[in-house]
Amino acid sequence: MAVRALGWLAGLALVAGLVAAFGYAPREAVQGNVQRIMYLHVPAVLTAYLAFGLVFLGSVGYLLTRRPGWDRLAMAAAEPGVIFTGITIASGSIWGKPTWGTWWTWDARLTSTAVLFLVYVGYLLLRGMIDEPDRRARAAAVVGILGAANIPIVHFSVKWWRALHQPATILGPGPSPIAAPIALTLFVNWIAFTLLLLYLLAKRTEIARLEDTHAG
Amino acid sequence: MRRAWIVVWKDVLSECRSKESLNALVFFSLLLLFVFQFALGPERARVEAALPGLLWLGFILAGLLAFGRTFLVERENDCWEGLVLTPGDKSAIYLGKLAGNVLLMAVVEAVLLVLFAVFFSLDFTGVLPALSLVLALGTLGLAAVGTLFGAITAQLRARELLFPVLLLPAVVPVLLGSVSATQVVLSGQPFGDAAQWLKLLAAADLVYLVVGLLTFEFVLEG
Repeated sequence: MAVRALGWLAGLALVAGLVAAFGYAPREAVQGNVQRIMYLHVPAVLTAYLAFGLVFLGSVGYLLTRRPGWDRLAMAAAEPGVIFTGITIASGSIWGKPTWGTWWTWDARLTSTAVLFLVYVGYLLLRGMIDEPDRRARAAAVVGILGAANIPIVHFSVKWWRALHQPATILGPGPSPIAAPIALTLFVNWIAFTLLLLYLLAKRTEIARLEDTHAG
Repeated sequence: MRRAWIVVWKDVLSECRSKESLNALVFFSLLLLFVFQFALGPERARVEAALPGLLWLGFILAGLLAFGRTFLVERENDCWEGLVLTPGDKSAIYLGKLAGNVLLMAVVEAVLLVLFAVFFSLDFTGVLPALSLVLALGTLGLAAVGTLFGAITAQLRARELLFPVLLLPAVVPVLLGSVSATQVVLSGQPFGDAAQWLKLLAAADLVYLVVGLLTFEFVLEG
């Protein structure tokens, strides 16, 4: 029941986010309507990071306690994490074509996001290849932990290697230079995406739990 | 620590007697050289411009073969059981296997450097100390992840496929750092220019080693 309510809430928030992104937020002066992709792009990447953080949490939790619930959390977070990273890359590409004039460039953040995407695709592939639940959970947990520990290293290595992307505006230091309506729209969309992630997590762990009980 | 040495000694001894991995890897390196030459054509300037990348491409490809095999020998004659049943801390086994891989890669890298020097008439003697440091840091990072993932994939059916898919994205920082530092060293810039990359490599090595040491016992259970 609570899960269903969460689902409705996420749906409502997404609709509100869409309305805010197209109706409420002003047209950006320089980039025009293309800038509205940001309301999809930024919440998607923030949610993806949250999901990968949960993969790390679930992995550590499993290795410490050996409770299958932790493994289900890691698995249920990795799948939407990969999807949201994919959305980030795809929406960034669509924004990059009119703004930078190219679908893809080997800029620092693009590259590190792509690497992140590949790491967790590998994680899901690994999960798909092991049938025995405990062995799968342990192997995946090790990869999940290394993947998360690797995120800052990948970030810095690629950053020093190349830089073109505009620096982070929201998480960066100092007061935010974003106009209030734009910031609010971003915030609404971010909440909507986080709710969506939580809903997917609840659903996926529930399905995995039913699978486990009926298989064994 | 002593148990780590025993694992290294065992692996080095069996490698010395069989020369299974080493022979194939050295021959593979020679083949890579041909591939690089065919890909780049006869122009010398192109080879020199691409040299740091080519070197590390050679090392990582040889590493993919070498690291993926680390634990395959243990699957025969129930050796894996023996490892699992070893009393005490399992991270000693990880350290031993890692050291064995680093040694093997050191030989392969030395051979590959000589081959590059001969076939592309290059001279590495002047930069050898600096280059060795870069090679050591980079190889340690590759081997730290490679040994851990090698143990994970050793038991899988599609291990040849999955091992590179897992390893390559994970070692992107090591590759970037190694190639950039090698670039600095080979182009004759002051060694200080590479300091940032060497620090990054050292930090990456440390993180991979700690993760490997802490999680290896869970992988070994099979």
